[in-house]
Amino acid sequence: MSFGGPEVCHTKQERLTMSESLQSAIKEICEVVGNDRTQMMEIVEQVQDRFGCVSSEAMDLIAQQMNCHRVEVMSVVSFYSFLSEKPKGTVVIRLCNDVIDLMKGANHAADAFRDELGIEFGETTPDGKITLEWTPCIGMSDQAPAALINDEVVTYLGSDGARNIARQLKEGTAPSKLVGRLGDGNNANDLVKSMVHNNIRNAGPVVFAEGIVKGDGLKKALAMSPREVINDVKNSRLRGRGGAGFPTGMKWDFTRQADGDKKYIFCNADEGEPGTFKDRVILTEKPDLMFEGMTIGGYAIGADEGILYLRGEYAYLRAFLDDVLANRRDAGLLGKNICGKGFDFDIRIVMGAGAYICGEETALLSSAEGMRGDPKNRPPFPAQKGYRDCPTAVNNVETFCKVTRILEKGPGWFSEIGSEGSAGTKLLSISGDCHKPGVYEVPFGIKLREVMDLCGAEDVQAVQIGGPSGRLVGKDSMDDQICYDHLATGGSLMVFSRKRNLLKKVLNFMEFFEEESCGYCTPCRVGNVLLRKKIEAIVNGEGEPADLEYLQTLGETVKTCSRCGLGQTSPNPVLTSLESFRDVYEAALKPALKDGSQPEFDIRAALRPAEAIAGRASSHFAE
Amino acid sequence: MSENVTLTIDGKDITGEKGQTIMDAALANDIYIPHLCHHPDLAPYGSCRVCTCLVNGRPQTACTFPISDGMEVENDTDTVNEMRKQIVEMLFVEGNHYCMFCEKSGNCELQALAYRFGVTTPRYPYQFPKREVDASHPNVWIDRDRCVLCARCIRASKDVDGKHAFDFAGRGPNRHISVDAADGIEHTPVDADDKAVQVCPVGSLMLKRQGYKIPIGQRKYDHEPIGTDIETGASKKQ
Amino acid sequence: MAEKPKVATTSMAGCFGCHMSILDIDERILKLIDLVDFDKSPIDDIKEFTGRCAVGLLEGGCCNDENVKTLKDFREHCDILIAVGDCATMGGIPALRNNMSVKECLDEAYSTDNRKGPAVHNPDNIIPNDPELPLLLDKVYPVQHVVKIDYFLPGCPAPADTIWQSLVALLTDEPVELPYELIKYD
Repeated sequence: MSFGGPEVCHTKQERLTMSESLQSAIKEICEVVGNDRTQMMEIVEQVQDRFGCVSSEAMDLIAQQMNCHRVEVMSVVSFYSFLSEKPKGTVVIRLCNDVIDLMKGANHAADAFRDELGIEFGETTPDGKITLEWTPCIGMSDQAPAALINDEVVTYLGSDGARNIARQLKEGTAPSKLVGRLGDGNNANDLVKSMVHNNIRNAGPVVFAEGIVKGDGLKKALAMSPREVINDVKNSRLRGRGGAGFPTGMKWDFTRQADGDKKYIFCNADEGEPGTFKDRVILTEKPDLMFEGMTIGGYAIGADEGILYLRGEYAYLRAFLDDVLANRRDAGLLGKNICGKGFDFDIRIVMGAGAYICGEETALLSSAEGMRGDPKNRPPFPAQKGYRDCPTAVNNVETFCKVTRILEKGPGWFSEIGSEGSAGTKLLSISGDCHKPGVYEVPFGIKLREVMDLCGAEDVQAVQIGGPSGRLVGKDSMDDQICYDHLATGGSLMVFSRKRNLLKKVLNFMEFFEEESCGYCTPCRVGNVLLRKKIEAIVNGEGEPADLEYLQTLGETVKTCSRCGLGQTSPNPVLTSLESFRDVYEAALKPALKDGSQPEFDIRAALRPAEAIAGRASSHFAE
Repeated sequence: MSENVTLTIDGKDITGEKGQTIMDAALANDIYIPHLCHHPDLAPYGSCRVCTCLVNGRPQTACTFPISDGMEVENDTDTVNEMRKQIVEMLFVEGNHYCMFCEKSGNCELQALAYRFGVTTPRYPYQFPKREVDASHPNVWIDRDRCVLCARCIRASKDVDGKHAFDFAGRGPNRHISVDAADGIEHTPVDADDKAVQVCPVGSLMLKRQGYKIPIGQRKYDHEPIGTDIETGASKKQ
Repeated sequence: MAEKPKVATTSMAGCFGCHMSILDIDERILKLIDLVDFDKSPIDDIKEFTGRCAVGLLEGGCCNDENVKTLKDFREHCDILIAVGDCATMGGIPALRNNMSVKECLDEAYSTDNRKGPAVHNPDNIIPNDPELPLLLDKVYPVQHVVKIDYFLPGCPAPADTIWQSLVALLTDEPVELPYELIKYD
């Protein structure tokens, strides 16, 4: 699938036919999914794909066809950044503006795009062909700057590269033809054909080990009872690799024991935490390990259906992953009577459409149910009442890979790797100011200093551990261990050298959270805007000493009162930098103004429009 | 027969029924937990966060969290009320709340919460957002300036009126109420006597020609803070 | 007898209703005169500060450059600044223009093109632009957005009792604690 736009611009006559074709297309799209309301994401993504938008008319038609309310379709379409009511260009360029991409020069690429296309970000060329947008982290921080051109990924995007791409697109070159030299491993696979590189810098013994035989872990699992499988996972001391670190065996036990005949297993491949890309590499190189883990999980909890929720940014991997699933069916590892053991289980893929919040497990379930990605109230937890109100286990891509290996090699083998409280290995996505950005599989318990040595980071000022929702730490933490009890991380490590302005990084993170908050609850919806504005003022030299107390109090309230993990962690960039780098803030603050003025009030900016209209300068406040 | 559950709220022992939320148990025991999105006739929603309490030391919303034996709830304390006050102040700066001419003034739950918490003015800067007004319907109008995104109208229209005339569109700071028609509320099946129209806590979804009916001095919150009726047990006697 | 503390007042982007409310303290104004002297204020028509003031009462928000000048002047001359009324504390009715541009706002008021201006006979579509006229700000700012404010008395207008009790508390070194009935936004 693609998140591009319509193939051609339409004349009036064509538009009439289009209206009919829209109607028949929507009918067809809805019928393919059996007019199933919970497949709304698939439907609106297809419509977006074929018509360049989900227009007002399209929403009415979908509602008619699906026998639901128009406003329900509207609520979905308006939630996801890859969907739009207004038409977009045939080609949509989404340039990544996360911290790392900006550090690596995304602004130069941005200028080249602006200049060559003659439009600003958020605009479409007058011929309706090309739309230019910013997008948050697309999981390519190890090869930044990067952009999505429809579904195609372009990496290491400099000024010249951007200009070249813009020229070719203007000449009508298809986005797929823009891909330069193909990347390594399966990136060169016919079904992927991307220029993405894996950048596996450190292959550990669990996920990236050599010689793993497809099906070995699953066969061993199916020779055991589901309870025994769960016990093995418990005994391995495996904890979730997505960030929260909940014991996997316990989660599965809860799900297994929950009332309900129908149960589901979900794989969370909505890898949206800025600076994280290790799941991308697993999806590319070790999808069998992941799907096998899901199958084992399905067996353990008593599910016959698994769903891989794949972020829209990774749409370029969809065909490849579908093929991996087909091959597993052919090999008897999925489908009816798996391995001849009488176990039925299959996996399908649901696509996200550009919403960080959908990495939160209950928001992911809402999205997979065909709704806005609003998180759900807890309790009940997904293990009791998840997808379609059935008991559901949601685990991370990496967690499933580990399950497969645990079943294959035994829980003892796994639990001996790593540290006392954190068994096994962890995949780290390292980016920023280091010589070797990429994926590192390291045993838990490794010290931050060792990791910095591995990736060739010099002159380190700070490391953002676990992405924006994690912690910003400095030199004092170099001897701390990467593990659940000290430096916990879902995988993202962003390195900032001494030449970086840390407050600008904090600002970028807060802009990200403001954009990605679902807006359901007050503190997250409003508080993140207020935090961002204050950080912005401080960066602009309008900060004063009292602001630190303001940030601390506001940040704590947002953290305490927000409804889901997003708002409960979104103030972390502010709060952890206040803790580790208070001196940086203090250096940026100015003493309170002696005349009692508010530093953020800008009289010049406030007068500009009236001065322009009146054609005279203010007599009270001269330039 | 329902199973009894005992818990404490601010140290006071209370008894509730298994399956009840903290909010319902508190209301049944004449304990007021400040709230805004919660409405007794609607499914719990948990969006405003005003009813946040510390439950065994952890923050939880009373309107969504089920009670359990031995649970200790911290409700009316300085720490908790200070956080609630901040949330109420956030709502004031987020929208455009012109109380001085709002038809709901004096009967508005948001305003009443601010009065109860003694807010003279929010500590945060006003955002002055641009919001749309929809007065196309003959009897009902939406002023999104005043909306606090509590979803009461959405829930009431869907679950009580059976119309699903409203839902949220947009996300983050751009989240807003949308109606089930491309061109305004007049094209939805909304009626003046819909539950959805009665439950708005603020002056966002209003009946036309009903403004300022009750003189100042006789309105709901002119003399007594919101929650007084619950604390005195008066709400149950009605 | 020790010199009495001084009070100054001003009305910026407001309707003078809050000044009416000050006068609405009725006979207590005589007690007030015992407690304080009025400095710069429309009440006594003193145009410029004559000295340092203990308290400045601010009515109205900031809608133009002259308001900003006045506000800064008050901050400079007053120990304590009190925002009186909803226009001062949140912009009030004038802030209804905050969602339109200055140009749209002026057109709405003065232009007869496209029947924008509702009640002005202005066939030449002249937007007043005498050098004496203050220039509008891009929006109406609550006073605390412009200078630091010490106390806020909401209301439209702020009730006379609210103003009286707060003033007396401040002038007698008591904490300003308003009872439930005196914090009102309408």
